[in-house]
This record gives sequence, structure tokens and C-alpha cells, in this order.
Amino acid sequence: MRVGESVRRPDGPAKVAGTFVYSSDLNVEGMLWGATVRSPHPYARIVGVDASAALAAPGVHAVLTHRDVPGRNRYGLEIQDQPVLAEDVARYWGEAVALVAADHPEQARRAAQLVKVEYEVMQPLTDAEAALREDAPKLHPSGNVLRHIKIRHGDQSASADVVVKGEFEIGMQDQAPLGPESGLAIPDGEGGVDLHIATQWLHVDVEQLSRALGLPPEKVRLTMAGIGGAFGAREDLSMQAHACMLALHTGRPVKMSYSRPESFVGHVHRHPGRLRYEHGADRDGRLVYVKARIVLDGGAYASSSTAVIANASCFSCGPYRVPNATIDGIVVYTNNPPCGAMRGFGSVQNCYAHEAQMDRLAAALGMDPVELRLRNALQTGDTLITGQRVEGPAPVAELLRLVKERPVPSPPRGAQIDSEQRVHTAAGAQGQGGGLDLTSFPGGVSNTTHGEGVKRGVGYAVGFKNVGYSEGFNDYSTARVRMFVRNGRPAVEVHTAAAEVGQGLVTVQAQIAGTELGVNDVVVVNADTRVGSAGSSSASRQTYITGGAVKAACEAVRDRVIAMARAELRAPSGLHIENDNVVSGTGKVVVPLATLLGDEVIDETREFHPSQTFPLDPETGQANAHLQFAFAAHRAVVDVDTELGLLKVVELATAQDVGKAVNPQAVEGQIEGGSAQGLGLAVMEEIQVKDGVIRNASFTDYLLPTILDMPPVRMDVLELGDPTSPYGLRGVGEPPTISSGPAVIAAVRAATGRAIDRVPV
Amino acid sequence: MGLARLPGRLGVKIACTVNGVAREAEGVWEGESLLYVLRERFGLYGSKNACEQGECGSCSVFLDGVLACACLVLGGQADGRAIVTVEGLARPQELHPVQQAFLEAGAVQCGFCTPGLVVATHDLLQRVRRPSEAQIREALAGNICRCTGYAKIIDAVNLAAGLVERSPRTRAAGSEFVGKGQ
Repeated sequence: MRVGESVRRPDGPAKVAGTFVYSSDLNVEGMLWGATVRSPHPYARIVGVDASAALAAPGVHAVLTHRDVPGRNRYGLEIQDQPVLAEDVARYWGEAVALVAADHPEQARRAAQLVKVEYEVMQPLTDAEAALREDAPKLHPSGNVLRHIKIRHGDQSASADVVVKGEFEIGMQDQAPLGPESGLAIPDGEGGVDLHIATQWLHVDVEQLSRALGLPPEKVRLTMAGIGGAFGAREDLSMQAHACMLALHTGRPVKMSYSRPESFVGHVHRHPGRLRYEHGADRDGRLVYVKARIVLDGGAYASSSTAVIANASCFSCGPYRVPNATIDGIVVYTNNPPCGAMRGFGSVQNCYAHEAQMDRLAAALGMDPVELRLRNALQTGDTLITGQRVEGPAPVAELLRLVKERPVPSPPRGAQIDSEQRVHTAAGAQGQGGGLDLTSFPGGVSNTTHGEGVKRGVGYAVGFKNVGYSEGFNDYSTARVRMFVRNGRPAVEVHTAAAEVGQGLVTVQAQIAGTELGVNDVVVVNADTRVGSAGSSSASRQTYITGGAVKAACEAVRDRVIAMARAELRAPSGLHIENDNVVSGTGKVVVPLATLLGDEVIDETREFHPSQTFPLDPETGQANAHLQFAFAAHRAVVDVDTELGLLKVVELATAQDVGKAVNPQAVEGQIEGGSAQGLGLAVMEEIQVKDGVIRNASFTDYLLPTILDMPPVRMDVLELGDPTSPYGLRGVGEPPTISSGPAVIAAVRAATGRAIDRVPV
Repeated sequence: MGLARLPGRLGVKIACTVNGVAREAEGVWEGESLLYVLRERFGLYGSKNACEQGECGSCSVFLDGVLACACLVLGGQADGRAIVTVEGLARPQELHPVQQAFLEAGAVQCGFCTPGLVVATHDLLQRVRRPSEAQIREALAGNICRCTGYAKIIDAVNLAAGLVERSPRTRAAGSEFVGKGQ
């Protein structure tokens, strides 16, 4: 079990057997079920709440409103602006107003319908540009501008020979983790509460919960329950405070588990945005300047919007050398559903825009789009538009070359592609007997074409983003590692508060301990708040930061073991641990670890702090604001039925530098899965919001890529090694989600000749 | 039908066989799905509650041998029937080959879709011993996975079907690792 091996997941056997306990599977004798009363209006004054009918309904134990919030009725990741339960105003459709606890979930649901809330409906502000107008109603005391990032880099009046402009619109994407928001709160009878919960960051939940519940942090203990995916959706609180309130009020354990429609209003989404770009280049295709205005709709509450807009702005130009940049990134409050973190975190929206612009520029110059990108590709030592110098590998050109050099996929079976990229069925290849596979055309099993009207398109995109938290945030993680003898054999327990969201962090932690401590029996114990913060399973940071903490704690344990061996055995220096034994520099067994340890428990806790980052200058956006950068490129090949508007993504090719593949199979899984989420936004995924109301809050109406939509992903994984990170690794999870969609859209443009300035297409 | 008919009152009584074991539930509200009955009354949480609308396949079970979404079947309809859930596929302490294949192929990430996919794959391989890729895609089109992008799920089905040699490291076709530095 070592770093670099495709070790099987330790939680895998339980997951395939159906015995792994997710947060929605929790149950305890005598528990009640919680339900949420939600605002049916995107913007309304709450005049009164009458709970009498609900309280009188069978099986109901409690109905709670904002008056029952024991502490401060505010929470939020960056700005505490969101009420646990709405007070006098509901600011979005589906905002929580009251809570019910009952014996049976159906009793709770029906009682929630019996809670009479009197609203005075107001005109919702649902357009981000309108929210910016001087005369717009202020949705929060601070005004509607949540944050305005200004980046002023180089010559602000630079001019260029060739100029292209574009405006792009990005729809609202849902993380759609399959596991619903759910958890079980158990009162301890002494005023405190134990919450079993699926979250991305236990300690930030505790911080917000203790404030809202009016309890000291030690009275709010969190234990991680199985997480059915996250992708950003579990960064903010959903039902955590609600379940705790009901449990503390009733003195009974309370379970809450959202239905899928409720899940759509129960977590934040990827920001929709409007992005206006102007690129200037010389006649050789070298970028001279980029000007951009990015407006993201943050919705009703702040969530992580202020960090998302920083990312959208910092990485607005893509991984290119841009000597002069004028960027304005603005995120605003509206009465739309709140938006926040989703995989890619601001770098997804801007990638559609900067990559469309690069293709437009290539067309204006009569240049190959990949050649134009290569000419401007960022490399080590270059300076970003934020003034930060890129240290360590930045293989943008190599990634582009790798995807370009991949063999082009074959035409649909029985068909040919002519020089104009039209798909033709070969003579005699009609029908099933002729070798024609109709299901491989756009339209699939619907058999909508035999190839007529079908054109093939190829498109490229490259993107990048930061790894870890930025702008001076004190990003760190904590790990406790214990070594002891169990059943006559040495064993290691790794304990962190880090969230295993599916990415394979439990495997990686075990691999690191196995590598550092040379012990075969390594167990990663369940995450909880008895150990220090691990930070969030976000920003592609956990393998780096929590991995770094586990490595540091293991090194401390190892140092003590080696010191013990040297003291007790008067052994020479150069000792290390291998295969459960202390061995000499020449590999000779000096002493079995179990013998050396005896009853001793070696117990070490360490924090890992990566190098410091700095806040962006408020006027110029200049700073060393980011810890590490991660890059990926995609090539997409699509077939489009240009008569029916049907689209089939034939193949995605991708290349990514991961520094060091700690678990190669898991790296592939991140790249394939991340590419699928990117493809989803490009071609089908959008939360349809009309006048502040979500129109498609179900998996029937919100389309997710199925196995029929997802093409094969061919990949090159580079391991270039970052000299400053543990094992040289680089965050992996997000880059695939950034460039896959823009490559698909570029391919659709190539096939159809259409501008396509809005996604999903 | 009113709230008086909720649990503990006049609900329905169900007797069925789940994974070969006779089970009974009393006081089941008429609106309860088989999924709810399996999970909350029989404690079999392996069938998952992702959409509860028949769109994602996470709650796939066999109902009298026929693949079904347990969320779309009323608890009352299960009376007198034989149900097999993901928990019933393997003998204790031993994984079914389909489960083993999902594990080895790296087809499990968060794992919330996995029980449904395991059941659906089991169904496919009962009908088609050596499915083509197109057959795999068609058979699993009703199972949504948000984590994997499906590549390793296809690998897992192939592995389970014995079409692919077992190797310690299964990889998407055409993938390469170019090790440099370090």
C-alpha cells in the first residue's frame, strides 16, 4: 500500500455490498423525522406564521420558526448573511421559513403544508445587470454588489492590430450529488448535540452551528456519515442547524433527508454568468491585451461567491501570457437561488469565454487554433495577470500537443467522413445487414438519421485554476497518527477530519501512511471533530494539504520509532521501517516492529501549513494570491445532425499534469468523472429559473449525462512533479471539469458554423 | 385517506420475501414506496434514495426476478412477492463477481449509484453473457452516476463478464502515464 500504486478503496467492499452507511441511511430507535417549510415566493415579506394546525396534526412533536433559533440567526461561509430560518423577509424561492418534527416523514411533510405563513409578495430582482442599477432595490444592507474584483495589469491603454470581441452567457449548473442532504442529530441530554452528517468540512460546520445554536463548539460534536458525492454542494449548511434545533427542542433524535426536488433548493449552485471579452493580438497572433467584464449572479445570499468571483477574475484570460489586462469581475445579490461552490469554482464559466475568444482570434488571423494557443501558452517563469510568477511546471503547450496528437476517432460504423467533415454512409452499408450502426449516430437508438445532415467537428480547449484556498486564507490540515501492536502485529491508525466525498481520500491517506511507516496494517478511521480541522474537501486541495498533514504526522511517529530502536538496541544510524520491521541501511532486519513497540502506543498529531498566500490588491488585483496552479487540456470530437439539431460527443481526449499520481486509478476516475460534469454543462445541464422560480427541480427535468451521453475519455497523465508539494503532487479533481465543456462547444461550432455564445447549447 | 391512516393506525400489512427471508410489516401507510419499506422498515439501506422518481436507478431491485426501481413500486404491491436487493446478491463475507469487478475496475467513487448499478449489471449478465459495449450502455442507461463518467463502469461490466483479463491495474483503453521528473 504505497504512494503511486492503484490501491483498492478501503470503503469499496461495503459500497458494492450495499452496507456502507450514508447520511440518509442513519437511523436510531425512537427518532423523529424533520421537514422544512419553504417560501413559495422568491421575494416576500413574512407577515406572520401560524403553526396551530400543524401542531395539532397527528404525530407532530414540534414546529419551529426563527424565534426558536437559540443563537444568532445567521450563517455563511464568507459573510454571515443567511438566516437559519427566514425572519421578516424571504429572499429566494425555497428559503427555509419553519421546521416540523413528526413520527413519520409523511406526517412531517403534511404538517409542513399545514403551517400557515402569511406573505406579502414583493417584485423579485432576478436579473444580475438590473441588480447593479443605482435605482435597484437593495436586497441586503450592504447593497447588491457582493464583490467587485479589479485586475489592472500592464498598459491599460494598449492597442492591437487584430481585435475580437465576444459576449457569452453561462447557465446555472447543479452539482447533483446522488446522495441527498441528510443527517441525524442526537441530543446528549446535557444541552449539547451530536450530529452525524455528510459535509465537505466538519469544522466550518461546527463554527457556524455553535454560533446559530448558541452553544460552545465542544457541545456541537460532528461525526462524518457516508457522503454520496459533493462537488461543492456540501460546502454550505443545509439541514445541519435545522436537525440540531429540532433535536434540542424535542429531546429526541431527529433525522432529516431531502427529497430530490428539495435538494435543488437545499444547496447552492454553480453561478450563471454573463461575460464580455475583448482580445487584442499582433499579426503573428501574440496576445497584446485582454479586457473582460464578468458578471456572476450570486443569488440571494453570499455563500462562497466572493471567492468564486476572485477565481473567475484571476483566471479570466486562461493559461496564456497576457501582458496587459483590464478585468472587472462582479458578483451580485439577486432573488435567484443562491450560488456558490461547484467543481471548477469560477474557472469553468470563464473558460467558455476565453477559449471561444481564442478560436475567434485564430479565425481572424487565419491561424490554426491550436497553433495560436501554443504561441501564447503560459510556461514556467511567466507572470499571470495578477502579477504572480508561475513557479514549477506549467506544461500548457505540451498538454495541447498531446491532445492534438491523439489519433482521431473513426467515423460511425459503416460511414465515411469527407473533406468537408460531412458524414456519409458507405455504398451498400444501408440498414442493419450492411454494417451500419445507426445507434452510433446522433439521435442514438431513436434512429433519426442514416448519416444525412450529420457533420463532424473537432474543438480544443485548455484551462487552469488554483489548488488550495487563496488570498491569504490560513489553509491547513491536521492529522493524528497512532502506531501500536494489535494481535501481535504492528498497526497504524490515521485520523483526520477530512471528508471522503468519493474522490478516494481514504485510500490516499492509507497509502501515505503505508509509504512513510512501512506498516502493512493501516486503517483510516472515520472523520470527526475529535481531531483538528482538515479544511474543506474543495479546491482540489485534500491530497496536497491533508496528505501533507498525514505525511508530517507519520514522519513524527517514524522519528520516535527510530529513536526508540537506536536507544534500545544501540543500533547505528540509517535505520528505517519496511514491511513491519525496523531495518538497517542495507535492508537487514534489525528488530520486528511489534517486538520493539510492545505495549507502547506512538501517538503524534501534526498540522500541515502550505506556503502563505496574499490578498489581492483592491485596486489592481495584483498579489501572490495562489498556492499552486493546475492545468488540463481537452480535445472534443462531435457529430452533429445539423438538420435536427442532435448532438453526439464521439470522444474526449485530455491531458493533465498531476505532479505525482498518488493513486493512478483514482486519478483516471477523477479525470473521467470531471470531464463528464464539464460535458454536462456544455450540452444539457441547466437549472431553469424563471422569475426566481426553479422550473426543473427533479432528475426528470434536470438532465444529467447518462452512460449513453458520455464518450470514451482518452488521456495522457503527466507526472512532472511540483518541487514544493508532498511527493510533488498537484491537485487533480477540478481541471477536467474546466476545459472539457469548452472543447465540446468549440467542436459544435466547427461542425455547425454557429457562434454558440450560450451554454448549455 | 387522511393523516389518521399513517403508521401505527390502520395502514396496510405486507408479507413478502426479501433476499430469501420472509418479512412482514404492519401499519404501512398506503403511499409508502417499496424503497421506503425496504430501507426504513426492514433496515435494508443498500437500495438508495437518490431521486425517488425512477430516473436514476439507484434503488434497482429484483421484483419476482424482474429489474425494477423500488421507488416506483408501492410497498403494498410487494405483498406476496419475492424481492432481491443488492444485499442479497452475495453470500456473507464474500462478494458477488459483479461486486468484485466494480471494486477492481475502480468503478466506485462515492458509491451511491453502485448498488443500483450492481443490480442492473447482474440483470444484464443474466440475459446476455457477453454483452457488447453498445448493449452495456443501453442496459445501464437508466442508472445515473455523477462521479465516474462511466468509463470504469463499462470496464467493470466487461471484467465481470470475463471479457477482460484480470490485471492489477485496469485502465481506460488508450490511457498512458508519462512519468517525468520525480
